[in-house]
Amino acid sequence: MKHNKFHIGYELITGYIYRITIFMLTLSGFAQMPIFKRYYIADMPGLGWLSKFYVTLYLHYLFGIIFLVFTACIITDFFLTLRKKYKITASGYIRVAILAGLTASGIILVIKNFAGYYYAPVFIVVMNLIHLGLVFIFLITGFTCIILKKNWMRDWTTL
Amino acid sequence: MKKNISRRLFLKGGAAAACTLAASSISSAASKADMHEQIATLIDISKCIGCEACVEACCEVNSEKYPKPQKPFPKMYPKRVPVADWSDKQDVTNRLTPYNWLFIQSATVEKDGEEIELTIPRRCMHCVNPPCVKLCPWGAAKQLENGISRIDSDICLGGSKCKAVCPWKIPERQTGVGIYLDILPSLAGNGVMYKCDRCYDRIAAGKVPACIEACPENVQTIGTKNEIIKQAHKLARETNGYIYGEKENGGTNTIYVSPVPFKELNKAIEKGKGKPHFKPVKNVMAAASNLGTAMLIAPVAGAIAAAGKFYSMVKAEKGDASNET
Repeated sequence: MKHNKFHIGYELITGYIYRITIFMLTLSGFAQMPIFKRYYIADMPGLGWLSKFYVTLYLHYLFGIIFLVFTACIITDFFLTLRKKYKITASGYIRVAILAGLTASGIILVIKNFAGYYYAPVFIVVMNLIHLGLVFIFLITGFTCIILKKNWMRDWTTL
Repeated sequence: MKKNISRRLFLKGGAAAACTLAASSISSAASKADMHEQIATLIDISKCIGCEACVEACCEVNSEKYPKPQKPFPKMYPKRVPVADWSDKQDVTNRLTPYNWLFIQSATVEKDGEEIELTIPRRCMHCVNPPCVKLCPWGAAKQLENGISRIDSDICLGGSKCKAVCPWKIPERQTGVGIYLDILPSLAGNGVMYKCDRCYDRIAAGKVPACIEACPENVQTIGTKNEIIKQAHKLARETNGYIYGEKENGGTNTIYVSPVPFKELNKAIEKGKGKPHFKPVKNVMAAASNLGTAMLIAPVAGAIAAAGKFYSMVKAEKGDASNET
């Protein structure tokens, strides 16, 4: 019983962290483009920070850190305990693949921002477009899964 | 000022011979610069006479790269989007514009109780870790392995983020030109950003930047970053001078040596749009670099946390089992 309560609490907390992190990553990510000031969004009370490029960059990095800690924790947890009880669903695999692409392209772009790191200019353009494109794909997939009530994982016993 | 004008006329007459001599001595230094090593420029402010030979040479050599906007400009939405049009003011040379990537700033300052006038060539500083390049959301701004940062006018959308994040606000926008015209001209983009590209094509061909070649006074010296830093310190020691650009924004590839402190110089120069300052500049990319490092080690922390949770669960289960027995 204790074990079940722990798991329900764990899933709730991880669920909230995940949603907040994805929301903030998306918002601060879009703020890397000069659009929020142009389209008056940064003029709305409390949203002025969206037009400050360094603030949104630091936030994007900060939530990137939280996302990576969270993701590594979930992956490790899955291999140590969860896989005995749960199976990743097809929609789960699709979302994992998109997130893996987003993470990989994001890490490449973070490394590019260190002093002394050079990539071919075309490669950087492609990485930027892949990163942006995957965000759109992830948002569409995510909302579709919410509407269709598709879970990431499924209990082995229900199969 | 009088002295400057008369000297300018004199120098323009003999410029050809002086430039040949200057170019030959500088190109040997530049040729030493390996394409994979950052190259830097030393600007000895005390030598500059404000003749604007560098400005003219820059315009002449780079005119092919200047914007050729299509008019009328597409109507942009929302209305607040500013139109930046310099096409009818191409002869403006007293500030940075899309058609003028280098200008001469002047300052009247006091040195040893005497009033002196200094003239200073100003252009992009070519930062070691340039925020304009690193934070461009499209990759239109790029840094070459030799440290030159340049904006690719073929893919720049003119969003001006490079200018917003530049500590000196160097890049300048021209509306009505660039790839945005072929995408969503009314809704996204606003032209192309322009700034000094350090004559990257000339350097690639083994030449020196036009401004350096044209200078009759050898105000600028080009070479590898290490060489230039050493020369700047030697010059500063010999002349009791002051250095700017070595530490600013974590280091730049444009090192100024001035006979007066840059604090004084900054007070005396005219600052504003297209007219950069000489203030101290902290490394604007430092916090991002620290966060980036933390990001690379973040997965390890997550894995350790999960392993810790697993260990405590196993331990608790073992404890429960031994209690039951």
